[in-house]
Amino acid sequence: MISTNQHTVSSYTNSFIGMDEAITLKKLIANQSIRIENLDVFIEDQHILKDVNLTIPEKSITCIIGPSGCGKSTFLKTLNRMHDESPEVKISGKVFVDDENIYGPHVNVIDTRKKMGLLAQRPCPLPMSIFDNVAYGPRIHGIKRRKAINQTVIQYLQYVGLWDEVRDRVRKSATRLSIGQQQRLCLARGLAIEPEYILGDEATSALDPLSTKKIEELFVKLKEKYTIILVTHTLRQAKRIADHIIFMYLGKIIEAGPTEEFFNNPKKQLTRDYLSGSFS
Amino acid sequence: MRRLRAAKDKAARYLMLGIGIFTILLLLVIGLSLFFKALPIMREKNLWVLLSSADWKPFKGDFGFLPFILSTFYVSLIAIIIALPFSILTSIYLNSYASKNVRRFFEPVIDLLSGIPPVIYGVWGTLTIVPLIANTIAPRFVEFSSGYTVLAGGVVLAVMIIPLLISIMVEVFRSIPKEMTDASLSMGATKWQTVKKVILRKSISGIIAATVLALSRAFGETMAVLMVCGNTAKIPHSIFDAGYPLPALIANNYGEMLSMPSYESALMLSAFLLFIIVVLFNGLSRFTLNQIERRYQF
Repeated sequence: MISTNQHTVSSYTNSFIGMDEAITLKKLIANQSIRIENLDVFIEDQHILKDVNLTIPEKSITCIIGPSGCGKSTFLKTLNRMHDESPEVKISGKVFVDDENIYGPHVNVIDTRKKMGLLAQRPCPLPMSIFDNVAYGPRIHGIKRRKAINQTVIQYLQYVGLWDEVRDRVRKSATRLSIGQQQRLCLARGLAIEPEYILGDEATSALDPLSTKKIEELFVKLKEKYTIILVTHTLRQAKRIADHIIFMYLGKIIEAGPTEEFFNNPKKQLTRDYLSGSFS
Repeated sequence: MRRLRAAKDKAARYLMLGIGIFTILLLLVIGLSLFFKALPIMREKNLWVLLSSADWKPFKGDFGFLPFILSTFYVSLIAIIIALPFSILTSIYLNSYASKNVRRFFEPVIDLLSGIPPVIYGVWGTLTIVPLIANTIAPRFVEFSSGYTVLAGGVVLAVMIIPLLISIMVEVFRSIPKEMTDASLSMGATKWQTVKKVILRKSISGIIAATVLALSRAFGETMAVLMVCGNTAKIPHSIFDAGYPLPALIANNYGEMLSMPSYESALMLSAFLLFIIVVLFNGLSRFTLNQIERRYQF
């Protein structure tokens, strides 16, 4: 098993560049944007998100910050329609992804989710080998050719810098990896479905500083090709990697803008209080 | 004062240890007493002959256990083959598809089903399953069948173990973290793909454990099976033949054996065999489970 993989590596190394470029091209052609109009979300009788209007700039990192319980994660879940799984959630308003309202009548939820690579708070490898974890996305979307799958898996494991660490045990269980490695594996798994957007729900909060740094570097590298939306708890992380900041409080968007402006010259009193640590 | 408290503490500890040991010893005592009761017949006859012979004529002194052993296995096997798909699919539905209200209705009903006394299942089997097999199913395959068959035993047993299987498997599926199914769904997998590739895979050892438990119960189930199985001491050659499982043999003959010492010993041997089958089966499955968990540590 292992030897065939190594063989594949050498025979495909050359084609990586080509494939990467092809992906870049695809991303350039598509008009990547998310536009949200009058979004309201209720969970049972609680009004979680209140009249959210927003445009998320493409090919950059947008960080959503705010105290816990302000609706950050709920907001993120509206973007890939994961609320569909919970019948008690009611959503009204429009979310345009690539100029299509994903809550419109003829939208296939699978197509929407395929556009969004999600990185959860805690890494959650699927109960299968490292290889099969990354191959999961391509396989469920109908890719059967072994060569193509091999190529995709190796490519994305290399992309997240995991390939050299796991190349001799890709057929072993993914749960034996360290938690930082697991999170990078989950990122590779999400990238393998070839999404246009990457959603991160406090993706580094369970990680040690070094692993956090690796993931952050990857995000910065990824924004050339992807539009990235991160929910984060740490202001410093937002300062380090975000291009744009959205500050939420009690289900409302208080302030949004470019990172530097947001931190250096906040317009609202609430924002100033939050940044100075008066509440969290 | 302090000393007294410490002494009480110690006493409680040793008392519980003692009771614990007693419980385990009970198993040993039952096994040993069955063994010693069965010893005379094993001395009288070759054990291999007893196990492999199909002749059962107690009044002539022939004790062949093969029909009973085979019947036990056949009935249990049929039961598990019918029950497994039913219970796996039901519990997947309850876990992944059903709304809260459906679940709230289903789960108590299933618990209720497992509380119904076996004799009621037996009566139901005699009134429904036996005529169904005799009049409708069997005529398509064989010339004549009374309906009191291995198949009837298997079906009734299946109905009895399905609630048990479902209630264990619902727990097994529930123990899978939501993050894991969410991870699969968020990649654009359908629910069915998630069930097949993530949920079933993650719970394979739980499903095996549930199956083992259900099978152990099936081996020992007496009343309901006895009522529908036909109880003829012959090797069943098809599922439309009558069978005679070990527990039924013991229950049916326990009264009359007393007059013949070798008969008594033979029945004790059949009890001992049943005991050994269940113990061996449990041990074996524990071993396989360990192997599976070690090999696929996911």
